[in-house]
Amino acid sequence: MTFFGVSRLQRFPRGQIVAVIAGATALALVFFAIAGTNAGAAAAAMVNGAVGTPYAFFSGTLVRAVPLILTGLAVAWAFSAGIFNIGVEGQFVVGAAAATAAALALPFDGMLALLICLIAGSIAGAGWAGIAAWLKLRFSVLEVISTIMLNFIALQLLAYLVHGPLGDPKGIYPQSPPLSPETWMPKLIPGTRLHVGFAIAVVACAWGWYVRTRTAAGFRLRLVGANPAAAWIAGGVSVQRVTTTAFLVSGAIAGLAGAIEVTGVTYALYESISPGYGYTAIAVALLANLNPAAVVVSGIGFGALEAGAAAMQRDAGVPAVLASVIEAAIILVLATTRMRPGRASPAPVADALAESA
Amino acid sequence: MAALESFLESSVRTATPLLLAGLGEVVVERAGIINIGLEGLVIAGAFGALVGATHQGLGAGFAVAIAAGVGLAILFYVFVDLLGTDQIVTGTAVTILALGATGAMYRSWFGSTGAALSIETSAPLMVPVLSSIPVIGAALFHQPITTYLCYVLVPATWWWMYRTHAGLALRAIGESPNAALVSGIPLSRYRFTALCFGGALAGLAGATLVLAQVGTFAEGMSAGRGFIAIAVVVLGRWNPAGVAVAALVFGAATALQFWIQALGLRIPYQVVLAIPYALTLAGLAGIAGRVSAPAALGRPLTRDLSS
Repeated sequence: MTFFGVSRLQRFPRGQIVAVIAGATALALVFFAIAGTNAGAAAAAMVNGAVGTPYAFFSGTLVRAVPLILTGLAVAWAFSAGIFNIGVEGQFVVGAAAATAAALALPFDGMLALLICLIAGSIAGAGWAGIAAWLKLRFSVLEVISTIMLNFIALQLLAYLVHGPLGDPKGIYPQSPPLSPETWMPKLIPGTRLHVGFAIAVVACAWGWYVRTRTAAGFRLRLVGANPAAAWIAGGVSVQRVTTTAFLVSGAIAGLAGAIEVTGVTYALYESISPGYGYTAIAVALLANLNPAAVVVSGIGFGALEAGAAAMQRDAGVPAVLASVIEAAIILVLATTRMRPGRASPAPVADALAESA
Repeated sequence: MAALESFLESSVRTATPLLLAGLGEVVVERAGIINIGLEGLVIAGAFGALVGATHQGLGAGFAVAIAAGVGLAILFYVFVDLLGTDQIVTGTAVTILALGATGAMYRSWFGSTGAALSIETSAPLMVPVLSSIPVIGAALFHQPITTYLCYVLVPATWWWMYRTHAGLALRAIGESPNAALVSGIPLSRYRFTALCFGGALAGLAGATLVLAQVGTFAEGMSAGRGFIAIAVVVLGRWNPAGVAVAALVFGAATALQFWIQALGLRIPYQVVLAIPYALTLAGLAGIAGRVSAPAALGRPLTRDLSS
């Protein structure tokens, strides 16, 4: 039986090429539909805003890249273990909220306070992921659905906090009081907006790369992601322990990202603290082929895309949300080459869990 | 009593888009496909309704909404079944794509101020006699046309799924694509058609938001309804009748906020808004072990066929 002239029994042989061409064409069409005759100016504004000047690169692109690298690492870590953590967005938000709460509650400020904020954010992120991990462990609830639900709950929690307990009593906007400058993340390069969080993100990725490729724990992680049944039957690996740990680590990294964003960029908590970092993170991780070292590069790439899109809206009047369309196209094209079915699909995880239970 | 009546009426009204999207997704998931892109299909439908209604009126609004939903569903089909991509990753991309594209097109076509406030809307239709039944009359029989469509589609889908050969074939595909294939079921055609059906209903769900509820479009106005519809399918145990009940429960949970405001209770607004999502988590935990998803749900075709 064939449909559209393609036999379903054979893998579409020129899949990637077709996908790339279709994706590029669709992108071009959408771009011109939106930008119209302004397309050339828009493209120029975008490139200029991302890498045109040293300031644009260090204070725009790289600052924007920090949350994307960390959330991308969070997604890559979970996906590597076959855990579809779509909840990085929510874990980022609760991490940001916990860091703000810690900063405002602490009776002192300074570097120790900053450290406590970062730890608080990580714990909150891990805890938020822990809810989904527990639901999966105890009730076999699909993490895809539970993490999406938790994202929405996190956004409502954030709204509640900035309108209520964490809100600035003196301010007119729904946001927290500003953090004490003593607790702000120090600048990495003086004269730019680039903060130490960038170094933390790079170190986290290096650590992730080392664990994933050079340690027994990393080997178990990849083994479980590739084939949980084999990991359990032939390798004697506790699939549940590996996947749950990966889930919590993923959440902790996402929470850390939120804490760094508050202490390094916004200095206050407000409702739109994340413009969807947790979703862009999926594109970041897939482009890096789930490799933590490559996440740094793809994170900077997406940072450039988003910083450029913001400049495009400012200078050429073309909506910045166009960046989402480009991200989606990248995910779709990469999905045809990366994350091949059977490599890290959730179904075998469920099988192995059933067997190991 | 008036408060209860308006609570029930808004429950059914809020449930309608969830039920439409969920009903489509039931058929899709019974074919072994989980379309996380449903959220994107709903927002595409909503934007399509705005475009159609702005240019050609109400009928065109619904038509363009359906076309937008089906178009994205076909995109999903091409990637998942023809190019063999992962369903979750593809669905996420479709949602990001639709949210981004509708937002960008809305801003550049209608301006950032949102000019399209004057579209023709679909007023609730009052069914004579029935709508004057006390308490439930207005809730069930003073609703927009898409609600009445649900009254037809729920039993029809149930009957088709459980009482026809085609419905049996669809369920067979969801349980075991291999077995379905060797017994001569045109698997690709079923999965393609199921996705198109799901896309059409998701588009209608978006159209209902714009044309029958809000009266205009706003960026990201689907606000997670597509995701909730996926949860509704799970809570409804992959059965059209169950989905109808689950959608109503969700509609009621959402409508609760109006009632709580009417009663003057001092519960934070955000807590009430979070209830549907928390309820989903509780419901998913509650049905653990008692319901099984279609066995092949979310699994790539190529792997099943090669193993």
